[in-house]
Amino acid sequence: MNQSDYKFKRKPAIERLVLFALSLVFWIMLIWPVTSVDGRLLTGDIAVGIVVAAFVALIMHNIIRVRFVRLVNPVSWFWAFVYLFVLSYYVIKGGVDVSYRVLHPRMPIRPGIVRIRSILETDTGRAVLANCITLTPGTLTIDVTDDGVFYIHWLNVLSLEEEEVAKQVLRRFEWYIKRIFE
Amino acid sequence: MNETIGLILFVIGVLFDLFGCVGLVRLPDVYNRIQASTKCVVLGTTFLLLGTMVWVGTASAIIKGLLCIAFVLITSSTAAHALSRAAHRSGVPLAEGSVIDQYADDLQGEPGYEENES
Repeated sequence: MNQSDYKFKRKPAIERLVLFALSLVFWIMLIWPVTSVDGRLLTGDIAVGIVVAAFVALIMHNIIRVRFVRLVNPVSWFWAFVYLFVLSYYVIKGGVDVSYRVLHPRMPIRPGIVRIRSILETDTGRAVLANCITLTPGTLTIDVTDDGVFYIHWLNVLSLEEEEVAKQVLRRFEWYIKRIFE
Repeated sequence: MNETIGLILFVIGVLFDLFGCVGLVRLPDVYNRIQASTKCVVLGTTFLLLGTMVWVGTASAIIKGLLCIAFVLITSSTAAHALSRAAHRSGVPLAEGSVIDQYADDLQGEPGYEENES
């Protein structure tokens, strides 16, 4: 599914409604608690939130290219929840791994930039995948091209075989992201 | 009890931040340094925020802490990508001992890209 033809069109009403709801929820999280000390609702703050969220949904929706409607389904949420734990595991592993390489007296690094092709097709999925790759052990996304090729700086290049590299770096996330965003 | 757990999380977080800074000094080139400063500092800052959440313990602090963690995760990796891409495009070479650079191979023919031999 190519999103580029989608760029400057108006979003359908349901899409803007979801955007409004998300913005409002985000605002309420920021101003939490919504009741003052004596238990009254902070109507002023919430009213400002509604105005700002409506402004975002009506006027700024063109610059946001995520298709929100597709994200509102329980299957996506389930996989997003599972993915949260997978990602936390790899973030911790990444920090520990890089710390080990930094503190080791001889610094066991073998840096290089490798090229990998991803199976993801939407811009949203690729952006999320690129960010996740950057957070995981010893890999850093340098560039993503329009046809889904990722250039990745790897702190410890284990293999130069394209399939092997993809298995080490990419496939463990791709599977989840495909289920969440596509 | 909460304060003890918070303190332990603070110590872990500060240690990882410290490791990130050590990496910033020790590693050879800009890309490796970006790696160290992204990964260790993301983990360290996450632990500091978790410690703050446990220490303060109110719903407001926990929600704001979780939002901050989400934004640290998103922004630091995006910033690392932008910095490393800009560095590579303006011709900063990889460190000695680097195994391969397929990005430079593919950029050869593109307009506006200058090859810097080092």
